Amino acid sequence: MAADTPIDPATFADLKEAAGAEFVADLVGTFLDEAPRMLDDMRTALAAGNVDAFRRAAHSFKSNSNTFGALGLGAMARDLEMTAAARVAAADPAPVDALAAAYARAAAALKEMVRA
Amino acid sequence: MREGGPGAGGARLLIVDDNKVNRLLLARNLELQGHAVAAAENGRVALEMLRRERFDLLLLDMEMPEMNGFEVLEALTGDLQLRDLPVIVTSSLEGMENVVRCIELGAEDYLPKPVNPILLKARIRASLEKKRLRDQQKELVRRFATPEVAQDLQESGFALGGKRVRGTVMFADIRGFTTLAEAQPPEETIELLNTYYTLMFDAISGHGGIVSQIAGDGLMAIFGAPLPLADHEDAAARTALDMIEMIDLFNVDQAAAGKAPIRIGIGIATGDMVAGYTGTQARATYTCIGDTVNLAARLEAHTKEAKRAILVDGATRAALLGDIAVDPLGLVTIRGKVQQVDVFAVGAGVL
Repeated sequence: MAADTPIDPATFADLKEAAGAEFVADLVGTFLDEAPRMLDDMRTALAAGNVDAFRRAAHSFKSNSNTFGALGLGAMARDLEMTAAARVAAADPAPVDALAAAYARAAAALKEMVRA
Repeated sequence: MREGGPGAGGARLLIVDDNKVNRLLLARNLELQGHAVAAAENGRVALEMLRRERFDLLLLDMEMPEMNGFEVLEALTGDLQLRDLPVIVTSSLEGMENVVRCIELGAEDYLPKPVNPILLKARIRASLEKKRLRDQQKELVRRFATPEVAQDLQESGFALGGKRVRGTVMFADIRGFTTLAEAQPPEETIELLNTYYTLMFDAISGHGGIVSQIAGDGLMAIFGAPLPLADHEDAAARTALDMIEMIDLFNVDQAAAGKAPIRIGIGIATGDMVAGYTGTQARATYTCIGDTVNLAARLEAHTKEAKRAILVDGATRAALLGDIAVDPLGLVTIRGKVQQVDVFAVGAGVL
């Protein structure tokens, strides 16, 4: 997908259609509250060498990203989930930082779409 | 299915997911479909809620802290009260082997996340309908079977077909029942039968037996299946003695009410038999078949000629414990048997 559209419009439209625009606006708010915590969980797990916790946080992040149509973000998180053991062994924060940066762009786009 | 009836909408569903966005979205979808929804954030909390309240269906995430979805599925399978609860797994688990494992652990269905609301609706409807049929079946079993059989049925999952067991079979019949039935109004006969069966069931279950079949004024009981029973031969003989004693007491009441006494004949045989469920998935009875069963039925019929209330075969006689009075009647030619059978009368009861 193109880098300048972090949110897949069709997925987001389907979500609004099924659950209602107002509800989705609230749900985006919940995601924006929870996502930084999940990124923190990943960083903490990386530092502590906890593969399970790392994988679980990446898994949740992936799941939520895909729900809102943040498919690129979801793919990045999925990659971290699938390679959790190697990532924790390497203890390199760079991939999580990259995920956080992509998240910031997706979050901005989601806020725009909710307002629209 | 009736729209708006139980199972169509208005079911009580429990969502288990550690992720708040997933929980909220799933709850929203289900509420829009007309269901009442509760949520738990991990498997441990979910099991506590399931044991406390009644739910129709569980929507289960797999990847969770404290107690994950696999552990929940295992706990449900091991819990007789909860093992029939339908479970739909909703997860973004990676790997087909994980999906297969969910199904093997008893999950009804698997829906990948993000969950498609239309697919979700269809799967929930199908699961609730299956549950409704299972509940109906359980209710039938509860009404028509003993608790032991009901439990065995549940554990074996209604597996039709038998297994070889060694046990003791009893047949009992009211003597001259047709004459009796003709001499009084049908309402009185039904009442008499109900009293009779209440007394007989009580004696049989009191000694660890189960009533396998009743037909008219006759019944068949099994000792030693579906659950093994120590000294099943002795248990059957003592049941028979209790039954005769109860009939004697019942006849005192009958006489006081100016009614005719009843007499029963009982035949008992011990040996190998095939025990299991016969019928269809919708209507099954637990029964035993084999030579032992035929012999018990023949011995019951032979009580008329022997003029003794309780007749047993040699295998039963050999395993009686202590103080039961037994009269050897010698070798007897039994209808339907090529070889003569060693027959014994138990107790003093005469016909």
